[in-house]
Amino acid sequence: MPLVFAGVCSHAPGITGRAHLADAAIRDEFYSHYHRLRGALEASRPDALVVVGAEHFANFFFDNMPAYCIGMADFYEGPIEDEEWLGIQRRRIPGAPDLSKRLIARVMDDCDVAYAQEWKFDHGISVPLHFLTPRYDLPVVPVNINCQEPPLTPLHRTWAFGKALRKACDAAPERIALIGTGGISHWPCTPDSGTVNEAFDRDFLDKFVNNRKDDLLAYTDEEVYREAGHGGFEIRTFIAIAAATEGATGELWFYAPIPIFAVGCTVATMGVQ
Amino acid sequence: MSLYYVQKLMYQLNRDPRVRERFEADPESLLQEYELTDEELEAIRKPDIGLLFVLGVNGQLLMHYAAMHRYPWADYIQAMRDGVEEHGKVREGLYAMLEE
Repeated sequence: MPLVFAGVCSHAPGITGRAHLADAAIRDEFYSHYHRLRGALEASRPDALVVVGAEHFANFFFDNMPAYCIGMADFYEGPIEDEEWLGIQRRRIPGAPDLSKRLIARVMDDCDVAYAQEWKFDHGISVPLHFLTPRYDLPVVPVNINCQEPPLTPLHRTWAFGKALRKACDAAPERIALIGTGGISHWPCTPDSGTVNEAFDRDFLDKFVNNRKDDLLAYTDEEVYREAGHGGFEIRTFIAIAAATEGATGELWFYAPIPIFAVGCTVATMGVQ
Repeated sequence: MSLYYVQKLMYQLNRDPRVRERFEADPESLLQEYELTDEELEAIRKPDIGLLFVLGVNGQLLMHYAAMHRYPWADYIQAMRDGVEEHGKVREGLYAMLEE
């Protein structure tokens, strides 16, 4: 069945963990757009949620780092972080192992991908789920793109992966919703934490919502590192969603740099026609 | 330099409660399982969050090691700034990627 929903949102740990330190007005406006995204997601009546994220060494490490990995577990657990630090209670999240297996097999027609039957969610997936599926009753298929340390998968490969993922979702009988989650410019957990390059972000988001493939794929890692920080490598999650919705455009619902959250906070949707 | 093993220790501490329990009960027996230099061992034991940052530990690992030692967020950020002030710029890893 064709994909029923596509969107993107931020996942920085400060969004929940340092909520009390943020300006209340801008924080609550940002949260209201997560709630709006949840409403739109629920209205699409999905059977499962595929989350394309960029985890941060909760599962994958330098001993064996997959460029792409898709979860195939009965259940997941998260967040891995201290519950008080992140402001989210640890719990089990239902998986969709049969659907995962079919998606992985189909993606493998076009792209090589690792799979995992055990996966602990960190803030990269736990923060979006906290807002989007707060009852944790929607089965999740996690997808990871290594955005942490180079060598990183080239952007044109991310495009191919996003296309393959869409093809796999469309081939499944289930109603599948797709969420990408990453930062745009940010310098997380370093002395530059809190810095956001708003001009870079707005330019990127313009290319994203208008789904301008050539512009999205023209970034180099060095340019991203200089202009958007190491956190900017996570543009891969957005690019995968743009590829999965190639030919459609989107709507930017919210964007604002919120320094204590250490990221330009973003909520957007993409068309799925 | 054995940045890989410093980061492996932090990865395992973050991921596995049993490793964390061993670290709390008998840190030296755990630390001897990793290939670490004296400078790295000292930075881990102290802990010297600023030096660990300068040695190249990725912040996505380091921030949890700091949180484990009850560093409030602002103190964690300041510790990295102090580390750069005292020990110079980051020597290897992600934050030195344009230097390499």
